[in-house]
Amino acid sequence: MKFTRILGTALLAVGLAAGPAVADSSPSASPSSSDDSKAPTEAGTSFRTAAEMDQGVDATAGASTGDYLYWSFAADAGQRPTVKATVDLPDKHTAQTWQIDVYDGLRRRQACQYGAQTRAAAEGATSVELTCVLRTVRAWSEQWSDDPLPGTYYIRLTVVDLADSDLGLPVSAKVHVDSKDVGGSAAVDGSLAKPLVPGIAVTSASGDDDSADEDSSTKGAVLSAIEPDDGWSSGWWSDRWVWTGIGGVLAALAGIGGYALTRGHGRPYRVPPGA
Amino acid sequence: MIRTQRLAAGVCALLAALTAGLAFPATATADETDTQAAPKVELVLDVSGSMSARDIDGGSRMAAAKQAFDEVLDATPEGVQLGIRTLGANYHGNDRKTGCKDTAQLYPVGTLDRTEAKTAVATLSPTGWTPIGPALEKAADDLQGGDGTRRIVLISDGEDTCQPLDPCEVAREIAAKGVGLTIDTLGLVPDAKTREQLSCIADATGGTYTDVQHKKELSDRVGQLVDRAADPVVTPVATEGTGQCSDAPSLKSGLYTDREEFGQQRWYKVEVNPGQELRASVSVADDRAVNPSYGVLLRAVTQHGREIVRGEADGDGRTDVVSTGLRYPKAEGDDDTPAETVCLEVTNSFSPATGVKTTPGLPLEMTVDVVDGPDQASDVASFGLGRGWWLLGALVLTGFVAGLLWGWVSRWRVAVWRTN
Repeated sequence: MKFTRILGTALLAVGLAAGPAVADSSPSASPSSSDDSKAPTEAGTSFRTAAEMDQGVDATAGASTGDYLYWSFAADAGQRPTVKATVDLPDKHTAQTWQIDVYDGLRRRQACQYGAQTRAAAEGATSVELTCVLRTVRAWSEQWSDDPLPGTYYIRLTVVDLADSDLGLPVSAKVHVDSKDVGGSAAVDGSLAKPLVPGIAVTSASGDDDSADEDSSTKGAVLSAIEPDDGWSSGWWSDRWVWTGIGGVLAALAGIGGYALTRGHGRPYRVPPGA
Repeated sequence: MIRTQRLAAGVCALLAALTAGLAFPATATADETDTQAAPKVELVLDVSGSMSARDIDGGSRMAAAKQAFDEVLDATPEGVQLGIRTLGANYHGNDRKTGCKDTAQLYPVGTLDRTEAKTAVATLSPTGWTPIGPALEKAADDLQGGDGTRRIVLISDGEDTCQPLDPCEVAREIAAKGVGLTIDTLGLVPDAKTREQLSCIADATGGTYTDVQHKKELSDRVGQLVDRAADPVVTPVATEGTGQCSDAPSLKSGLYTDREEFGQQRWYKVEVNPGQELRASVSVADDRAVNPSYGVLLRAVTQHGREIVRGEADGDGRTDVVSTGLRYPKAEGDDDTPAETVCLEVTNSFSPATGVKTTPGLPLEMTVDVVDGPDQASDVASFGLGRGWWLLGALVLTGFVAGLLWGWVSRWRVAVWRTN
């Protein structure tokens, strides 16, 4: 009896200690920069032509001051993307203000939680750095909300305030997207049937048969063909399963412990029958 | 006996904690679609008298342009149909009327013969007037036909000398006529007025303006623009929204363009079956000077006029487009529930700056996707599962109390049984 109780207590302790560790190491879609992902060296000039980039790579582009530069990346549920942009300004210029805006797959502007989304560059400054930390992408939201959902995200980088004499001067821009994996605390119920990728209804209807030529040079045009390195998460896994499972095991062990307490030193067992 | 009870209690607690349904939504993939028509590019070069000025890296503007053209022609990607048009290349005289008609096609738009094109460029020498407007009109005609993207690259060193035809308005009109035509402009050592005019032309068509001070910048940029034309891009389908829902055009999944005048409403219709989700997004571009504050509203309305959901966007200051979108998942119904006709209304609150023409309307781009509906959430948390130390504490406490009670009850039962 003693042995069972000790075992129970030990298991309880092990369970408590292992709980968070197991929970933290749970698998989830994490943005990893794979070697084969190519960094775009050009930017698009509209939503339609946005240059597709993977998370974790540096996308660069040469442009003229006043251009609207567009990139797109994929963000999956549970990620909290951070967009960073650096603009190298021409040698001679007057004061100007640069801005990044992030839009979701429905071209809705997404709020930045924090970060210098708009920044003024003083006259003669060599570069300007911008940051936008988005909200956590959730697997589902109500139709009336504009919460970030898994899908394509667009970055627009442009100068929003400038003197006419600076218009058209050459600049170079670098954009980098990283995500923090928020994990199970952002795991919500419900899920979209298809990620919020523009044109997905067209591509999934006609693209089933010719998906083999994905790498061929005669790449057909789609509005957005980008997806996370390891595909879109199916949405059912989260570390909540681990927490809840461990909770159940601990509850069971605590139940056994509680039961064992009421047994004292196992009296009913040792009482000879008919005593 | 007791051992089995313990086991049963443990299994029960475990099962209770893990009871939840599983669902496996299909993983979506975006695949490529078929290839599309060859893109067309026309380079429009200003060969007016001022191009002889020697102020680009010590050489003349003309020499810089020729060198850039040589490099660009060498690097033109396969499959791009390229043509060259000149303006002000032939007429020396002072007659304005004749000078303003002086635009000629140097090399026709088609599959590129590099040697021939280069020879043609080499013959050019700075000559006449700067009829930008007429040259753009002709260039748009040169690019007629085909479904591919069309791009005009205009290289000029001075403003249009053929007023009153405003090249900026010409650009806007040719962009309104054809779908997917962009004009990019480059100014060679431009003055303020030239810069203003060229950037206005670029803005009118969603193109870019570049200021060129050095030879390398010119060839790099023209090469970049030609490469850009070669990138496959979805060509939108032209549609025309109406003033009310009843006679609005019916749209399927796809990409559409339209024009919307200031303060105008545009209505479209989309059929949504039960269990499907409608996704629509709209961008309205300001292709001319507008007042600083603006907005766009997209509403999904039932045929009876009840608003279902809306997307709103507004802004302030310099922008190329204002865009918004909405989602409308239609609930599952019985098998015989008919498809619902959802009316989409697009309005904008741009206002034209003083002295700006209000026609043609602002370019409007719209994406419509009708996909399978989402799995609705039945709880805030994923499958209603729990997470965190409070959950563990609560479960441990509950388990412990349950164990105690169970133990006491069974002791009491044993005692009762024994007394009997």
